[in-house]
Amino acid sequence: MGYYQGEVECAEREAMRELQSKRLVENVAHVYENVPHYRKKMDDKGVAPGDIKSVDDLYKLPFLTKDDLKDAYPYGYLAVPLSEAVRIQSTSGTTGKRVVAFYTHGDIDLWEDCCARAIMAAGGGRDDVVHVCYGYGLFTGGPGLNGGSHRVGSLTLPMSSGNTERQIQFMTDLEATILCCTPSYAAFLAESIIEQGLRGQIKLKAGIFGAEAWSEEMRRDIEARLGIKAYDIYGLTEISGPGVSFECSDQTGMHVNEDHFIPEIIDPETGEVLPDGQRGELVFTCITKKAFPLLRYRTRDICVLSRKPCSCGRTLVKMSRLMGRTDDMLIIRGVNVFPSQIETVLLSCGFQPNYQIVLDRVHHTDTFEVRVELTSEMFSDTVKGISTKENELVSAMRAMLGISPKVTLVAPRSIARSEGKAVRVIDNRKI
Amino acid sequence: MTIEQISVFLENKPGRLAEITKLIGDAGVDLRAMSLADTADFGVLRLMVDDPEKVRELLLGVGCAISVTQVLAVRIADKPGSLAGVLAVLADAAISVEYAYASITRDKENAYVILRVNDNDRALETLSAHGIKAASAKELFNGG
Repeated sequence: MGYYQGEVECAEREAMRELQSKRLVENVAHVYENVPHYRKKMDDKGVAPGDIKSVDDLYKLPFLTKDDLKDAYPYGYLAVPLSEAVRIQSTSGTTGKRVVAFYTHGDIDLWEDCCARAIMAAGGGRDDVVHVCYGYGLFTGGPGLNGGSHRVGSLTLPMSSGNTERQIQFMTDLEATILCCTPSYAAFLAESIIEQGLRGQIKLKAGIFGAEAWSEEMRRDIEARLGIKAYDIYGLTEISGPGVSFECSDQTGMHVNEDHFIPEIIDPETGEVLPDGQRGELVFTCITKKAFPLLRYRTRDICVLSRKPCSCGRTLVKMSRLMGRTDDMLIIRGVNVFPSQIETVLLSCGFQPNYQIVLDRVHHTDTFEVRVELTSEMFSDTVKGISTKENELVSAMRAMLGISPKVTLVAPRSIARSEGKAVRVIDNRKI
Repeated sequence: MTIEQISVFLENKPGRLAEITKLIGDAGVDLRAMSLADTADFGVLRLMVDDPEKVRELLLGVGCAISVTQVLAVRIADKPGSLAGVLAVLADAAISVEYAYASITRDKENAYVILRVNDNDRALETLSAHGIKAASAKELFNGG
């Protein structure tokens, strides 16, 4: 499989550090001059642009959080005159904190380059047909992969999200080879394709799935059902969009496009930078973007960085699959629970990862219920058979989490599936 | 001879049983026997129908979780003690009965009991050795 920008993707470490240092110094000066909010943060911390001479000085810069962006909404972190900004993208605002990000022509170019690297790493090329069913519009998924696919020279199907029948029709009629969407929608499409007996008519070879956390088991499941290789992709609107990092044929983590975005892992409690290999909160610093160049932005995503040599030849640092979020971590009866752990248990017990966690508080105690969709394969004609399955799930979850949920089996397709991000948690606790 | 039984997973929600029986009725499928096992959270509806394939597709089509099981339909004389006799034969052979339920019949002399056992082959052999015959689907639905 080829590289889109091999000289950067496979650069020597020293050359990369030099490039990063040069770009970091430039962008810190640019931000200090043009973003009064961040200038104040630096002044308050007693850091001047001149203190940042190389990537080794990165730790001196103050952090940015989603709250900072919210307080400065909408234009507070725009770092170029309006005459140079050409596009916005936005987060969904489901947490009540909508972020609007700005792009210059150059910012869009570098974002699309990053997506092109991801598509080529998944085996894409000029002869491929790339089916993009991430949403188009404010959401970065559709525009990002669309632009990347154009750069690679693939035929691009700008399907956007929704209308599953039409998705499958285009996929089969135009013989799409690479599918780009959320992993939960990929699983849903796979279900529908198999149900309609169309598995033999699809020509997909790869999928690039991101925008939500998913497990290794879910990857293997989608791969088996669709007969493809499934690649993870990561990104966030605040930093650019999908393609901040991407997976290669090694499938052991995502290469960060660190010539544009420098990653760090910090202790979420103390803010201290942690060494490679330690688990913590991922932080990004944009060193090339001009319109919305966030420095040391805290993603709240939890993962691990690794610089072990990769079989694909890329030297870009790798980040692990997301291990959760500092803010989607649930604290149930005092125990930390990540929804991704539930998914892992379900798949290892033979269930589909279609579940919902329901929390409530009765007599000052948390109630913890996991609703799981039963499939025909897991159903048996005896009550004993079903109870056995339920008990297996409870034991496996207790082993994984340290606390026991009440498992309720529900009818297939009875848990609402969204075509974007799945609603996995209903927290009715009033605290 | 064994016969196909269709089991359906039912969430404990009002109207689920009505929905499913209506679906089967509207499709013109004859329902000969049924049983409903229930727990606090869910129920298992078991059905003996004259067109299992059609019902299977119908239920899968509306998103039900179902399973198809081979069960025995044993004809017994409609008089006191005859069911006990059949069950004693199975018990003596150490064959366990997971569940059993009765089927309606148009035959005035006989009744049918649907048996789910842990080993169909041995059960058939044992019953046959005692002169007890398991009915075919044709017999159950058309009266022989």
